[in-house]
Amino acid sequence: MAALAADLAAGRRSALQLADDALARAERAAALNSFIRIDADGARSAARAVDAQRAAGAALPALAGIPFAHKDIFCTRGVATTCGSRMLRDFVPPYDAQVVERLASAGAVSLGKTNMDEFAMGSSNENSAYGAVANPWDTARVPGGSSGGSAAAVAAGIVPFATGTDTGGSIRQPAAFCGITGLKPTYGRVSRYGMIAYASSLDCAGVLARSAADCAIVFDAIAGFDPRDATSVARPAEATAALLEQPLAGLRIGIAREYFGSGVQAGVGERVHAALRELERLGAVLVDVSLPNAHHAIAAYYVIAPAEASSNLARYDGVRYGHRTAHARSLDELYSLSRAEGFGAEVQRRILVGTYALSAGYYDAYYLRAQKVRRLIANDFAAAFAGVDLIAGPTAPTTAFRLGEKAGDALAMYAADVNTVAVNLAGLPAISLPAGLAGGLPAGLQLIAPAFAEARLLNAAHRLQLATDWHLQEPAA
Amino acid sequence: MNAQVQPAASAWQAVIGLEIHAQLSTASKLFSGASTAYGAEPNTQTSLVDCAMPGTLPVPNREAVRKAIQFGLAIDAAIAPQSVFARKNYFYPDLPKGYQISQYELPVVGAGRLRVRVDDGRVIEVEIQRAHLEEDAGKSVHDAFHAETGIDLNRAGTPLLEIVSAPVLHSAAEAVAYMRTVHTLVRWLGICDGNMQEGSFRCDCNVSVRRGSDAPLGTRTEIKNVNSFRFVEKAIEYEIERQIRALENGESIVQETRLYDPARHQTRPMRSKESADDYRYFPDPDLPPLVIAAADVARERDALPELPQARRERYVAVLGLPDADADQLCADRATADYFEAVLAALPGQAKLCANWVLGEVAANLNEAGIEIAAAPVSAAALAELLARLRDGSISGKIAKDVFAAMWAGEGGADAIIEARGLRQISDSGALAAAIAAVLAEHPAQVADYRGGNEKLLQFFVGQTMKRTRGQANPQQLNELLRQKLAAP
Repeated sequence: MAALAADLAAGRRSALQLADDALARAERAAALNSFIRIDADGARSAARAVDAQRAAGAALPALAGIPFAHKDIFCTRGVATTCGSRMLRDFVPPYDAQVVERLASAGAVSLGKTNMDEFAMGSSNENSAYGAVANPWDTARVPGGSSGGSAAAVAAGIVPFATGTDTGGSIRQPAAFCGITGLKPTYGRVSRYGMIAYASSLDCAGVLARSAADCAIVFDAIAGFDPRDATSVARPAEATAALLEQPLAGLRIGIAREYFGSGVQAGVGERVHAALRELERLGAVLVDVSLPNAHHAIAAYYVIAPAEASSNLARYDGVRYGHRTAHARSLDELYSLSRAEGFGAEVQRRILVGTYALSAGYYDAYYLRAQKVRRLIANDFAAAFAGVDLIAGPTAPTTAFRLGEKAGDALAMYAADVNTVAVNLAGLPAISLPAGLAGGLPAGLQLIAPAFAEARLLNAAHRLQLATDWHLQEPAA
Repeated sequence: MNAQVQPAASAWQAVIGLEIHAQLSTASKLFSGASTAYGAEPNTQTSLVDCAMPGTLPVPNREAVRKAIQFGLAIDAAIAPQSVFARKNYFYPDLPKGYQISQYELPVVGAGRLRVRVDDGRVIEVEIQRAHLEEDAGKSVHDAFHAETGIDLNRAGTPLLEIVSAPVLHSAAEAVAYMRTVHTLVRWLGICDGNMQEGSFRCDCNVSVRRGSDAPLGTRTEIKNVNSFRFVEKAIEYEIERQIRALENGESIVQETRLYDPARHQTRPMRSKESADDYRYFPDPDLPPLVIAAADVARERDALPELPQARRERYVAVLGLPDADADQLCADRATADYFEAVLAALPGQAKLCANWVLGEVAANLNEAGIEIAAAPVSAAALAELLARLRDGSISGKIAKDVFAAMWAGEGGADAIIEARGLRQISDSGALAAAIAAVLAEHPAQVADYRGGNEKLLQFFVGQTMKRTRGQANPQQLNELLRQKLAAP
């Protein structure tokens, strides 16, 4: 991205050329199905505007003229926003999400909206109403989810970065499966305003890019307090991009033994250990840490997230916007048929699970207990961070699995989130980095930091990427 | 076993609790910036948040929180340093999010109490369990489109304070007296306009009956959304009777929600709670706990006005006003403040001031159908008039005429008195001359009077008043007349 920015600044290429090139690449890679909607006209007109500003001599931000894509969960004024659902197939938001506003005002040029699991519920992108997405490394495999379209588009080189959201790993796991870098910021760092809700207490906007340095530039552009989001944190954001180069000498990295359990593929474990050795060589000190409640994370997550989703998705009732059944004979049928027709199977499953978990008589046993587990998990991290600066482990226990491999088995699919969900439950920032290939497929290293320590996270990731070339590996065209 | 005598019907005790919904008079909604003004065209006062657009988020209105704090302080309740907004989940077309944001386990205002004067003169202390913030729903419009229901979201998101009394009221009269006291209080505090026709102040009544005050509570019914004092009284009376009748007939009471039908003065079942929704309350993850600093509470406490109860008691104990006057003056803050402004200019004349505020002023307001704030005669202007009455410049009767002229916009008291030449004749010489003339004109009546028909005194008073165009000082006139008539 730095090279593109330099080309733009020097006038060697225009934003319009970059946009056209990206559009052409998207067309060539259409088989990946990484986009739900490409807005070529919008992209070109945004690019022309940046070129005009530059021609007028304006000092422009680093992202001005850089093409990118938005996950189709961010509301874009005048551009259909489906959230991967049939329910919102024709939904055109009348407003822009905060993240969309921020990147637009930074001059970044959006190509369109990327594919995703419906309402961000999924770990394979197979739950999209607009078709599955193929992994550019092996088109028979999934790109991960739910930000699968964003990950595939970046890995295939269509755009240098894309926005994503991460509720239980939805940025990091696809980043790992697609061999790119994905940053999930601290909960509250980036406004959720205009980001269609899945599980409000866990949802987090972030970025997928080719490098930690690129993630830092985008993060700096989108982070910050937003009065329109009551969970947004009023805390001055440090410019992480300026802190990337600090040496790692003395950085204490905790190795969470619970993240290297029997479910971790041997090849993935090897790659992660190799990355950790490299960090050690760069001056980091590796320390064993324990997160004793880690194995409860999946269970707690799959109560809390569906519970919140069951309520968040109640607004899709066929009354004001979104899909409305043509067959209702009563108000109850308007609701039940609109929702049965508009929502896919996984979304319906989670609404049912969540409704059950919140029901009278079950609330204490499920929702309340899950919240207690959530606190224990957060306490585990707090205790571990008393002795270390970062915690490391594999992002996902495996490399990308085959399309359809887990489609019929919800529990096996949920298990793919084993190393990522705890981070959301604790609201912490984390990053997934390429750690080289295992069996020809990318493996991901996850680094986790204490709340608001994105700069430390990006610094460590960047130093590792300066010393290695894993993040430069690309799938065969 | 002892043969038990069935208690008479009078042994039934009604147990009533009210849930009052007071719409907080904020400029914008509880969680969005849209206006709360009443009566706008449908769906013109709805923000993206109010129509539950995907991706929108609620942001609490601090002004509504302040008003809730003020209410809490006024009922001597603890203000929760941390309270929690919760979602109440149910599907209804005028509920755009599919849930209502309310407070459930941790309300902003904890338990408090309110002293209530019942019509029969008793004073009861009513325990208020809690008061919490919640948003109102929109409205379903059934008559705008043929065979279809319209939805108006102007009201959606309007801030409400739900004030929940303990089940400690035992008659319709107590319930209404309590409701009136709350109504006075919220208007006094300026946190609710109290407009019941527009739905700004309405209540749900929970009613049960039991045999005597020691018996366990009976099954209750809830009468929803009653929006006038009279309807509350009628609805509760009807419901108590209905329940007693049913129980005495050996039937049982079904726990259910009922609606009051004002045309028939009856309640009828709306839906049975047994089949009611499970609202699946849980803390709203979009809203962090509502944190209220002790300093904020202290600031509101310092700014709290003298409350109606305290002021009423002061009027009786310090100003010596009768209970009835104090009650009426303290029925709303504007009236009480008006009274105090008049009194400030006439120290020590509380009863005189009260008589005028509750008499001429109230009557004219009533006739004109306006609030005291809009009265054409200000407190200062009334004080000027009453000062002339006090110093004997005019009589009480003339004062009423002057007041009417002031009300009609003819100017201040002094100007009207001067312009119309209404100053009272207290000069005994002038008065004696007028009396002499009257007596000379009516020799027969004078003789009659002196012959023992003392009732004729009023005749001479009337004649002399007529001659002085009402300006004679009545007391002085009486005295002088008696003198002149006594001494031939």
